[in-house]
Amino acid sequence: MLTHPWELSASVALRPEPFGALAYNFHNRKLSFLKRPELVRVVERLGDHPDVLSTLEAEGIPQEQHAAYVRALSGLAATDIIRPRTAT
Amino acid sequence: MTLTTDRPTAAAPARPEGGALVKQFEFGLDAPICLTWELTYACNLECAHCLSSSGRRDPRELSTQQCKEVIDELQRMQVFYVNIGGGEPTIRPDFWELLEYAIAHEVGVKFSTNGARITPERAAFLAATDYVDVQISLDGATPEVNDYVRGPGSYDMAIRALENLQAAGFSDAKISVVCTRQNIGQLDDFKRIADEYGATLRLTRLRPSGRGADVWDELHPLPEQQRELYDWLVAHGEDVLTGDSFFHLAAFGEPLPGLNLCGAGRVVCLIDPIGDVYACPFAIHDQFHAGNLLTEGGFGEVWRNSKLFRELRSPQTGGACSSCAHYDSCRGGCMAAKFFTGLPLDGPDPECVKGYGESALTGERTIPAASQDHSKSNPTRNEPVMLQLMRRRPDGQDSPATRPVSACAESPIAGFTP
Repeated sequence: MLTHPWELSASVALRPEPFGALAYNFHNRKLSFLKRPELVRVVERLGDHPDVLSTLEAEGIPQEQHAAYVRALSGLAATDIIRPRTAT
Repeated sequence: MTLTTDRPTAAAPARPEGGALVKQFEFGLDAPICLTWELTYACNLECAHCLSSSGRRDPRELSTQQCKEVIDELQRMQVFYVNIGGGEPTIRPDFWELLEYAIAHEVGVKFSTNGARITPERAAFLAATDYVDVQISLDGATPEVNDYVRGPGSYDMAIRALENLQAAGFSDAKISVVCTRQNIGQLDDFKRIADEYGATLRLTRLRPSGRGADVWDELHPLPEQQRELYDWLVAHGEDVLTGDSFFHLAAFGEPLPGLNLCGAGRVVCLIDPIGDVYACPFAIHDQFHAGNLLTEGGFGEVWRNSKLFRELRSPQTGGACSSCAHYDSCRGGCMAAKFFTGLPLDGPDPECVKGYGESALTGERTIPAASQDHSKSNPTRNEPVMLQLMRRRPDGQDSPATRPVSACAESPIAGFTP
């Protein structure tokens, strides 16, 4: 995942919450929870960077946490909160 | 209203950073994630266990314009979907207009109905509409069991609605079942009905709220049936919806899928037909009344700042339950179930699976008086038969002592003072 381009799905809205954000996919009607404000920023910026790794670096996520972020992002990919970005 | 006397709170610690989601939920969210909106108290049926004591329309019911303003605010607050109920919501002449308005404003709708108005035409409209879920109420897998509590003809009404939805190509309707002593043995039959109509089964807990208080003793599942229900839910996992309403059963063993927490005022609330906001759909009572959305600041102000909701979001102590080994799994159970059976809010749930509720029920308790009742003042042919044997009229009008034998039985010289 680290070296691939991803983005927030078009059908997803993020609602800020004290712990992070709530993500709702209007398409499959699934609700997900982003439990850290840092993760919310990463998810919002995925589309602005060439791949996941550069997003994590740009957001200042320490290298030792990258594996945990990839796990969290994979979970969000499973409910289509984020999806692989195809070339436009 | 205040709950402090009943729900002792510890010195308020701050919201933790990170950690389990359920801990975050205890401190409340910026907007609800499960909002129930009862659009009307009017209903064509007179179900014995109606949570909202519905029947007659309230003259103060929100107007179409007021409802649209509520939807606008829900959109601003990013409440992504609402559960609409009643009463029978489709009785409102503007129901379909409000449904379309909500969907157009990014507020998805799931509505509960007894099916009376789900005609082939409406079913076709629903099948062609995104972001709408339909939930048909059915409290028995046979007419005998269903109509006993929901009234004559209501089983056929629900099945006809399911047939119409299926024929129109509406996929994944929900069949919503309130679990009772009479229908726990029919769980497999309910599942078969759901499968037959391409629907999803949703099982919820019977609450002693509204008219439910009058029949709870007779209808609520027996202890061994609770075990049967729990085992059935564990076996069927995520295939069956529960509205997270059975977290009190978690003390049997592993927790059930979903949120094992009382969400009242934290992630859940109810808007009633006149705009009153209550902590949860099962708690339409002054004690759980947070405010009215027609006051300044609207719904958002009530949600964020009402005294009641702030209290519910402060950490609760387990009271009599805190020494129980299972407190962490059931969290003391359902606040509304305790309140409406007259049990202390910081003690066991009346249906505590360890039996502490049963012993609490035998002690001294006072069942709180209802603070609203929109039941029809005169029963119609739709009234379930069981009620004629059980219910006291709130106005006392059917006491035989006060009922005249006939209209002309009054004394001809009444009121005459020579």
